[in-house]
Amino acid sequence: MTWETVIGLEIHSQLKTKSKIFSGASTSFGSKANTQACAVDLGFPGVLPVLNQEAVKMALRFGLSVNATINKNSIFARKNYFYPDLPKGYQISQFEIPIVGNGAIDITLDSGENKMVGITRAHLEEDAGKSIHDLYDDYTAIDLNRAGTPLLEIVSEPDMSSAQEAVAYAKKIHSLVQYIDICDGNMQEGSFRCDANVSVRKKGDKLGTRAELKNINSFKFLEKAINLEVDRQIDILEEGGSVIQETRLYDSIKNETRSMRSKEEANDYRYFPDPDLLPVAISDELLIEIKKELPELPTEKKLRFVEKLELSSYDAEVLTSQKEVADYFEIMINQEVDAKLSANWVMGELSAALNKNQLEISDSPISANELSKLLSRITDNTISGKIAKDVFKLMWDGNGTVDEIIEKQGLKQVTDSSAIESIIDDVIANNPDQVQQYKDGNSKLLGFFVGQVMKASQGKANPKQVNEILNEKLS
Amino acid sequence: MHNLTIAEQIKGLRNKDFSSLELTQHYLNRINDSELNAFISVTSNQALSQAKEADKKIANGKSSSLTGIPYAHKDIFCTKGVKTTAGSKMLDSFISPYDATLTNKLNAENMVMLGKTNMDEFAMGSSNENSYFGPVQNPWDKAKVPGGSSGGSAAAVAARISPFATGTDTGGSIRQPASLCGITGLKPTYGRISRYGMIAYASSLDQAGPLTRTAEDAAIVLNAMAGFDTNDSTSANKSVPNYTQCLENSVNGLKIGLPKEYFSDGLDKGVEKVVMQSIKEYESMGAKVQEVSLPNTVHAIPAYYIVAPCECSSNLSRFDGVKYGYRCEDPRDLNDLYLRSRSEGFGDEVKRRIMIGTYALSAGYYDAYYLKAQKVRQLISEDFKKTFKDVDVIMSPVSPSAAFDLGSVKDPVSMYLADIYTLSVNLAGLPGMSIPAGFSDNLPVGLQLIGNHWSEELLLNVAHQFQMRTDWHNYSPADR
Repeated sequence: MTWETVIGLEIHSQLKTKSKIFSGASTSFGSKANTQACAVDLGFPGVLPVLNQEAVKMALRFGLSVNATINKNSIFARKNYFYPDLPKGYQISQFEIPIVGNGAIDITLDSGENKMVGITRAHLEEDAGKSIHDLYDDYTAIDLNRAGTPLLEIVSEPDMSSAQEAVAYAKKIHSLVQYIDICDGNMQEGSFRCDANVSVRKKGDKLGTRAELKNINSFKFLEKAINLEVDRQIDILEEGGSVIQETRLYDSIKNETRSMRSKEEANDYRYFPDPDLLPVAISDELLIEIKKELPELPTEKKLRFVEKLELSSYDAEVLTSQKEVADYFEIMINQEVDAKLSANWVMGELSAALNKNQLEISDSPISANELSKLLSRITDNTISGKIAKDVFKLMWDGNGTVDEIIEKQGLKQVTDSSAIESIIDDVIANNPDQVQQYKDGNSKLLGFFVGQVMKASQGKANPKQVNEILNEKLS
Repeated sequence: MHNLTIAEQIKGLRNKDFSSLELTQHYLNRINDSELNAFISVTSNQALSQAKEADKKIANGKSSSLTGIPYAHKDIFCTKGVKTTAGSKMLDSFISPYDATLTNKLNAENMVMLGKTNMDEFAMGSSNENSYFGPVQNPWDKAKVPGGSSGGSAAAVAARISPFATGTDTGGSIRQPASLCGITGLKPTYGRISRYGMIAYASSLDQAGPLTRTAEDAAIVLNAMAGFDTNDSTSANKSVPNYTQCLENSVNGLKIGLPKEYFSDGLDKGVEKVVMQSIKEYESMGAKVQEVSLPNTVHAIPAYYIVAPCECSSNLSRFDGVKYGYRCEDPRDLNDLYLRSRSEGFGDEVKRRIMIGTYALSAGYYDAYYLKAQKVRQLISEDFKKTFKDVDVIMSPVSPSAAFDLGSVKDPVSMYLADIYTLSVNLAGLPGMSIPAGFSDNLPVGLQLIGNHWSEELLLNVAHQFQMRTDWHNYSPADR
């Protein structure tokens, strides 16, 4: 039987504001427990929330970059439930009228095809604190530093039909929020969190019952959790059972999902408009101002790379999928290094070295400027492309700048024709049999001669010149 | 000194007839001698040092008009370093780490806080009998209630153990006790005075205001209390006029509306008589009186008793025994901690309203209750809007009866029904006032003045003109 998978994602993106969404306390991460929380965050009697306008602007940046409807008067609502890390006994969120309405974003699938994923809404809300269960034997510790941190919850339509698509979408949003500078995207610190709503159905049937997967903090785990859940649901259905609506927790250590609470056990959140906050009024002027401030978006950048820099669509996609990579690449081309050559090096040598050492491009020991210099030494014929790879390794290991390494290791390309000629004469003299064969018509042997010459010159002879002179001498 | 109004005390301090320290000590002595239970905390030491500070300012010519004037603060306003209980066992030992905006504003004037006044628990009640710290007695008759929820504040001003007290009014909690204690109480327009640091009961209805003996005093203190606060998103970014400026305007030609729904069967005859006599007084001053209709008045009680409990059920969730306030002994687990801390820490009326509100907001009931109540609220606002096209001020009774016996009203619904004349004002966010208008069976009766949004100046003017012609506001329980 063929099953179809239906996936929608809810992404909690922590906004990069300096202070909290409803108070002036700092949002900095990693401070001593309960030092970044003021009376408002602690839910003291009598305190009132005041909306941070920066958070509103960031939500609007997102809305505009996914071409979403912006609600000119969105409403904050209280989501009521008791938990010790929720100081007020309710979370201030948006319910009926979110700030960002319907939008959409294009994702690129592994096949290279594009797919449009609908965005249902994005709303502003405050984060809760943290409960720490493993610090003391008899107690649960509460750290309220995170309480009141602004979040943008981005809810997608159930438009994705595989774990791969879900990951592609999540990565796209992850990249976008960094492009528009509203979220640092740090998944380890929980700045970017995904919940997945997963269901399966027979082709053509109506939507199946979904399970919500929580606690997923990497793209790898997102893929794994969804695949596990799809298999679990198909197994249940194929055995004649039925899937129940529930929230399931993904355990990355055991690689399993397990039930957290069923629909029946779910809280009745008793949402109602927060009487402490006025509707969030968005003026046309503000929207125009924010639109003006938006940076070039990944899709626009990709188009520019293809049209102006004549890169392939694939290369442009890879180079724009992460803001840091695109930034790195753009610094290089601003140094007037050939775009195609730069693209090859960023996606080739650099990317391989970063992967091997599990580094992000922002942590690269070779800066974009240094790499540009290396490539310009290829184009100005100082070194060959092959030698450049050796120089790259030496730079990576911290042996100095491009020119220092070329100088110290004596790697400078030989472009002096008389020097190359003399090496070629030696090679011809030492290989009479091959010369005869070549002259008899075995033209493939040219490669052999080139190889011998390069070897004799320790790779430093200019390959173009070697080819030319060889051709001349052997004819 | 305690028979002087604030306006007179200001002159006394300026003329060096007495110092703030003398005035403060005098009131502290009177509080000490009082058996009304009007105060939950008396902050004598702090008061005396504030008074000394005020005297210095006066001597250095750096004083503002209210410098050195003592006052009593309803125990719903947070006061840094001072116990702030909201009349609840839940906060019996809660010392606020911060000052409410109103507290800050009064401190900035170098006013002297005598203490924190008794109140119905979390401002829920109309008799002050819902206080964990015991009921307050009405100074006019110790067997009677002072009204509520600002009962301690009203009793303190009436008994002249404080010249001024702060109050809060969610459904009548300033106007009703002012009426029952024979003093002047003003509930300003919603948003006029910051709610920051005022422990929330029903956020969309709560409004702070002054309880004083005279309208002139109310105008003087309102000047210091009112104003926009960046910490309260619902406070109005609107300039504050000098409220004493228009007190002397004539009321000749003033158009007064009497809502027929406010003079219905439930109204005590003695109260009605006092109210009608006051209206005659206004007529004699040249005011024009006409009957008006507020047809949705009947829906005010049900709408209020949905909206207020819904908001309070959420506002009071923070009192969970985790961070501050009462915590039950030896909780077995989290659920037990919540259950017992809240069951033991809250009184019956608070629990009743939390349960009503929780129920009304539950899935499947929200539309039928909360949304419908909001629609009713809109209709009530429309009633007033229409009426204020025809009249300048609405006048009515404050409460259907004068002060009733302590312990006499046992059924909560009967208690709710007594709020009939005050609730609509809160639902519509309007300013309302109660001024002493006479006596019925030797108990004071107030007259309610209701104005359009931001018409505090007019209300104070209209009240002051009445007080220039009558002396009900000068009667003291001590004279009897």
